[in-house]
Amino acid sequence: MNVLLPGTVSEACDLLAAYYQAIPVAGGTDLFVHWPARAEDHGRTFIDLSGLDELRFHRWTDDALVLGALTTYWDIIGDPRAVNELPLLVRAARQVGAIQIQTRGTWAGNIVNASPAADGVAVLMAYDATVTLQCLEGTEEIPLSEFYLGYKVMRRSPVQLLTEIRIPKRSYDLHMFEKVGARAAQAITKVGVAVTRRGEEWRVVANSVAPTVRRCPTLEAFLSDGEPARGPDDLVGAIREDVSPIDDIRSTARYRETVLARLLYFGLRAECPSFT
Amino acid sequence: MMEISFTLNGEPVVVSVDPTERLLDTLRYRLRLTGTKEGCGEGECGACTVIFDGLPANSCLIPTYQVRGCEVETVESVSPDELGALHASGATQCGACTPGVVMTALWVWRHSEILGTHSLRELMAGNLCRCTGYDGIIDGLEAWLEGGGGQSGEMLASSSEGPQSTSARRKAAP
Repeated sequence: MNVLLPGTVSEACDLLAAYYQAIPVAGGTDLFVHWPARAEDHGRTFIDLSGLDELRFHRWTDDALVLGALTTYWDIIGDPRAVNELPLLVRAARQVGAIQIQTRGTWAGNIVNASPAADGVAVLMAYDATVTLQCLEGTEEIPLSEFYLGYKVMRRSPVQLLTEIRIPKRSYDLHMFEKVGARAAQAITKVGVAVTRRGEEWRVVANSVAPTVRRCPTLEAFLSDGEPARGPDDLVGAIREDVSPIDDIRSTARYRETVLARLLYFGLRAECPSFT
Repeated sequence: MMEISFTLNGEPVVVSVDPTERLLDTLRYRLRLTGTKEGCGEGECGACTVIFDGLPANSCLIPTYQVRGCEVETVESVSPDELGALHASGATQCGACTPGVVMTALWVWRHSEILGTHSLRELMAGNLCRCTGYDGIIDGLEAWLEGGGGQSGEMLASSSEGPQSTSARRKAAP
């Protein structure tokens, strides 16, 4: 394993250009799972970001919360403003692993690890977050909802570093995040869903039920139309349009579809009386 | 190999490690501090919990080079004499989870304001125990926290003799 230790973002970009497909490392909570057994990865080149103090921040601007790429779940869990203004960030962060993971795992790492089960990605997407990618040629900002192209395929080229996540500050009428795992704590999501509403504008983002975390446009349109649902089954048609759950080590397609419908129906019925 | 300097249980340490080496392995096999245990190796069980720059973390997921210039505390910084409340409540059976439990609890004790927003069970959710069913652990920690830092409040505090009394200094000498 070759580890490179840049001191600035610009040095990190130089290294990403010079060492094609080098892997940026922040907290390591995904990259080092079962590490001793993964001999095939030991020869790869890693670019360790822990020296990039310029990415270790989160700040509130007039119209956004901006997370530097080294912002951890724990940084946000401890921010009272996030609890009040963007509560889904805190709700999801508190369900990622436990404190030992929350203190090390980063929001940016959750995005570029590109797991379909990523809870952090679901809530960021429900808040219309954008990501900033930087390389020697410059920077670009991409909506997170357009960032994933397929399973573990994303619009980050190997020379780009994700430097910032920007979450617009808006007032929402409804925030909902529901997650089902094998147990209440320390579980990777089998079915997850994040929902926000501003007036008639809904965001429904599902995780662990498609090759990527993704927005659900058919469900969003259904909810915008304001048509009442009589039960979870009324949502199944829209769910089938939007997601494609599979059988895997954590769950089955049928379970995922059924549970997603129930999470949405009962969650929305509790939050939003006009729904039923 | 990389030469890494950090502070371990209050004492400076210098180790020469391969970049692939985990902090867990550096502690156990290079520095012979075997209190920190390996359970799952994937950041789920918490047996390898250490305090890294003031926060609990799983040492099985930390490459040792990442602690360069940082502070690490392990269970060796805690005297066995201070663990009376955990013994009394049946918090320990096989003992494999106990070092991690103690390190997370030590952090909670130092930051007890966190109990305003988090339950003890949520804070301890990253320390899995296959023996006790958790009630003994939670009862022991609650009894000690409710002691409010009186004599029982010393239970998990670092030994009054300070880090000089820990095995870290003896074992980590280059």
